[in-house]
Amino acid sequence: MTQYHTINSRAPRIDAPDKASGKAQFIDDLNMSDQLHGAILQSPLAHARIVKIDTSRARKLPGVKAVVTAEDAGLVQYGVSPARYDETLFCHDKVRYIGDEIAAVAAVDRETALAAVSLIDVEYEELPLLLSVEEAMKEGAPLIHEDYPGNICAEVHQEFGDVEAALAECDIVRTDTFMNKMQNCAFLEPQGCIGHYDHRGYLTLYSSTQTPHYVQRTVAMTLKMPIGKVRVVKPYVGGGFGAKASANAMEMVACLLSMKTGKPVKMVFTREQVFLQARGRHKFVHTLTTGAKKDGTVVALKHNCILEGGAYASFGIATVYYAGSLLGGPYKLQHMKYDAYRVYTNKPACGAQRGHGGVIARAAWEQQLDVIAEELGMDPVEFRFKNMMNNGDTSCNDLYMSSFGMRECVEAVRDKSGWERKRGTLPRGKGIGMACGFFVSGAGFPIYRSETFHCTATVKLSEDGGAAHLYTASAEIGQGSDTTFAMITAEALGVPLNAVKVSSGDTDFGVDLGAYSSRQTLMTGFAVKHAAEDAKRQVLEVLADKLRISVSDIDVKDGTVIFKGPGITFRTIRNRYRKEHRGWTDMPDDAPLSFAEAARLAFIVKGTVIGQGEYRPRWLGGKFKGAAVGTSPAYGCSAQVVELRVDMETGQITIDNMTDAHDCGFAINRTSVEGQMQGSLLMGLGEALFEEVKFDQKGRMLNPNFGEYKIPTALDMPNVTPIIVESNEPYGPYGAKEVGEGAIMPTIPAILNALYDATGIRFHELPLTPERVYKAIKEKQCEAKAERGRK
Amino acid sequence: MKIVINVTVNQKNYELAVEPNMTLVDMLREELRLTGTKKGCGLGECGACTILLDGQPVSSCVMLAVEAHNRKIVTIEGLETEKGLHPIQQAFVEKGAIQCGFCTSGMVLSAKALLDDHPHPDEQDIRKAISGNLCRCTGYQKIVEAVQSVSEGEQTS
Ligand code: FES
Ligand code: FES
Repeated sequence: MTQYHTINSRAPRIDAPDKASGKAQFIDDLNMSDQLHGAILQSPLAHARIVKIDTSRARKLPGVKAVVTAEDAGLVQYGVSPARYDETLFCHDKVRYIGDEIAAVAAVDRETALAAVSLIDVEYEELPLLLSVEEAMKEGAPLIHEDYPGNICAEVHQEFGDVEAALAECDIVRTDTFMNKMQNCAFLEPQGCIGHYDHRGYLTLYSSTQTPHYVQRTVAMTLKMPIGKVRVVKPYVGGGFGAKASANAMEMVACLLSMKTGKPVKMVFTREQVFLQARGRHKFVHTLTTGAKKDGTVVALKHNCILEGGAYASFGIATVYYAGSLLGGPYKLQHMKYDAYRVYTNKPACGAQRGHGGVIARAAWEQQLDVIAEELGMDPVEFRFKNMMNNGDTSCNDLYMSSFGMRECVEAVRDKSGWERKRGTLPRGKGIGMACGFFVSGAGFPIYRSETFHCTATVKLSEDGGAAHLYTASAEIGQGSDTTFAMITAEALGVPLNAVKVSSGDTDFGVDLGAYSSRQTLMTGFAVKHAAEDAKRQVLEVLADKLRISVSDIDVKDGTVIFKGPGITFRTIRNRYRKEHRGWTDMPDDAPLSFAEAARLAFIVKGTVIGQGEYRPRWLGGKFKGAAVGTSPAYGCSAQVVELRVDMETGQITIDNMTDAHDCGFAINRTSVEGQMQGSLLMGLGEALFEEVKFDQKGRMLNPNFGEYKIPTALDMPNVTPIIVESNEPYGPYGAKEVGEGAIMPTIPAILNALYDATGIRFHELPLTPERVYKAIKEKQCEAKAERGRK
Repeated sequence: MKIVINVTVNQKNYELAVEPNMTLVDMLREELRLTGTKKGCGLGECGACTILLDGQPVSSCVMLAVEAHNRKIVTIEGLETEKGLHPIQQAFVEKGAIQCGFCTSGMVLSAKALLDDHPHPDEQDIRKAISGNLCRCTGYQKIVEAVQSVSEGEQTS
C-alpha cells in the first residue's frame, strides 16, 4: 500500500454507473425543444472548380429555414495551426476532395434538410485529380492550393550532429523504406453538435469534441465573434483518438445556421461522414538509414519521410515534425538528420491519431534495429539495453528525460513473456518479437503561439464543507480523465473520493487545451492538484487561526483533520457545528475533527472557499526551427513482446499474446492505465493487420463503413499482460505522466519482428493482410527452391 | 401513413403510431426517449444499437419499428431495478470495462443474452458472443473479465 488514501488505487470510474445504465448523455442524446436540423452539401467530386451554386430550389422547399454558402459565411481562413490556415467554412472557388463542404441547410427536420441539400444545384468544371504524392509532386502538376507550390503543405529539414561523417565511421549501415496506409480513428460515436445562438447574442455550441478550447477559438474567429461570447460544452464523448481534436466544419455550420435562424441547430454525422471528415493517421513513407558500430552502438540516423496529407493541412504541420522528432528517443543517438515533406492530394485531410506522427516511424525503425541487431549477432533485448537513454539524459534534438523507466519496461516484458525461453525455439509459423516505444507527455507549446496557461482548475468547497466541486475545461472522452482528476482532488484536499464532484469539458469552467498529445494527466492533473491544495490551505489557515496553532501542525487525510501535536481541543468548533445542524442525523461527536467541520468554519469566516490552480510548462529549450514539436515536460516510454502464429497456407496472422510495459511515471488509477494500454494495443493491432482506407480512381472512398474498414473485434484481440512501470516524474502531479497515446508505439514493430521470427520475412508495407503475407511466403518458397536448384 | 403497433419495452406496453420506414433504434430513441441505445453506424455493423428482442440480441438500426409489433424488447434502461444496477452492469463498473461507454449498452445486452442461455461460458464463448459489438477503447479484455466475473458468481444483485 502507498501513503495515499485514494490515488494509485483501482477506484471504479465515477462516470461508469451512468454509462452502464444508459443514462450518460452523448451529443445525439441531447435535444432542444425548438431545434432545427442541419444538413451539409458535400462535394461529389475530388477536384473541381465551382462555376455556379444555385440554392433557389432548396430555399423554396417547405420547412427550410435557412440555406447558407460561402457568401453568408465569409472567407475567414481557419485550420489547426495558424501557420497553415488553409480552410474556409465553405468552398467558394473550388472543391478539393469528395466530401468538401459547399453549402448547408437548416430545416424543421432531418429529412427536409437532406431533401433541400439535394435541391442545391452546383455547376462544376472538373480539374485533374492528384490522388498520390507522386502525382502531386510531379513537375507542373496543378496546384490544390494556389499558395503552396509543388503541392507541398509543409517541409522540414533538420540536422543534429553530423550524420554523413558519422555514417562514414560506422561498421554497419542499413537503409530501408517502410510505408503504411491512411487510417481512420474509428471511434464508435459519430461527431455531432448543436449550435445555439441566443437573443442576447451569446453562442453555445454543444459538441462531441476533444478540445473545447480550440473549438471555441476557431468558431469565434470564423464567425467573427468575441471569444467571451462563445461557449463550447462537451457532453460525454464516445472516443476521439485525434480526429475530434480540432474544430470541424459541422460545428461552425451549426452555429452559423443558428445565427441565421435564431434557433438551435442540430447535426450528427453518418458513419460515412465520419470517414470523409477523416483527420486520422497519414500515409507515411519513411526511408531510414541507420549506422551502428560493431559493438552494437547506434550512432546515426538519416531519415527521409513523405506524408500524404489529403486536401487540407489539419494537424499536418505538427505531424510532419513529430514523425522525425520522436525518433530522438528512447535511444542515445548522437547524429540525426531529418528531411520530410507533407504533400497535398485530393483526398480527405489526414490529421492526428493516437501516437501522433510517431507510430509508423517507430514501426519502421524498431524493425530496422532488429535487423541490425541480428546482423551483429545480438539479441534484440541486449541491443536495446546497449542503446537506451537513462534518467537525466538529453537527446540530440534536445528532449530531456526527467524520468525514464525504459530499462524497467524492457526487463519486465522480457521476464513476463518468457522471452529467453521462447526466443529462437518456436516452430516455423510461430514467432516472438519485441519493440520499444517513446512519446511526449503533452505538447510543450499550445497550437497557437501564446504564453497562455495550458490549464486552469478551480476547486470550490460547498458551504457545508461536505463536498468539493472541481471545475475544469478538460475533456473526458472515454480515457477516464474525470475520474483521474476527481482522485487527484480527493488526495490533495484530503477527502474521500465520493466527496468530490467533477464538472468538466465546458469553456465556462476555465482554460484547458484539451485531450490531445497525451497531455491531460500531467498538465490538467498538475493544475487540479494545485487548486485542491489551495483550497485545503485556505481551510487550514482559518482552522489554525481559530485554534491558535500553526498550519504546519495540521493535515487532512481521507476527510479527517490530523493534529500533529497533542492536546489540541476543538470543542468550540464542534459545538458550533452541532448547533448549526440540529436535526441532522450524522452529527460528529467523539470522532476526530472532520474536514467538513473545518471547511464549514472557513466558509463562515471568509465566504466561499475557492482553490485555484494553473499549469504552464517550464521553458523547455530547443532553439532550432520546429523545436516546439516534440518538446514536452516529460516523456513516456514502453516495451512490448508479441507472440503470434501465421497460417503458412493462407497468410493469416493470429496474435496469441501481448506483454506490454509502460512507464506512466505514477499510476493515478491503475485500472485506467491498464485500460489505456489495452486500448492502444488494439488500435496498433488493427493498424498492423488490416486497417486501410481505400480509394478508387476518382478519389471516392471505397470502404467508409465498419463492414469493409475492419477494426479488431473481441476475436482478433488476445489478452494483454499489462505491466505498469512507475519512474516518478518530477514535473508531473504525484509523479504521473502519460500513457494514453504512447502505449501504442511498440505494438506494430513488435508484431513485425514476431512475424519475421515466424516466417523469416521482413515486411515493409502495412497492413499485413493475409494476401500480402501469403504472397511473400510463396515468393520466399520459390526463391528457396530456385536456390536449391542452382546448388 | 403511420402504422399502429403494440410493443412491450422493458415490461411496459406501448401502442404507437410509427412511419413504416422508421427504424427500431429511432423509435426507441426518438419516440420513447430511451437514448441508452446508441447509434454508431446505422448499418448493422457496430453493435452499439443492440437490444434484446424476445431475448435475442439484435441490431435495432437494421430493423423497422413495425417489425417489433407484438414483441418484447429489453433495452439497457430495462436492466436496472430498484435494488440498483444489474449484476452485469455492476461488473462492468467494477472491472473497468467501460471507457467512453458508447459500446457499453450493446455489450451489456449481448452479455446478458449469453449468460441467460449459458450461465457459465468460457472465455471463447464470451468473445464470440460480443464479437458483433465493436469497442475501440478497451481492447475487450476488461469486458471479457467483467462477464466472466458474473458467470463465476463474483457479482450478486
Ligand atoms: S448502429 Fe446498429 S449496428 Fe451500428
Ligand atoms: S468503451 Fe468506447 S467503444 Fe467501447
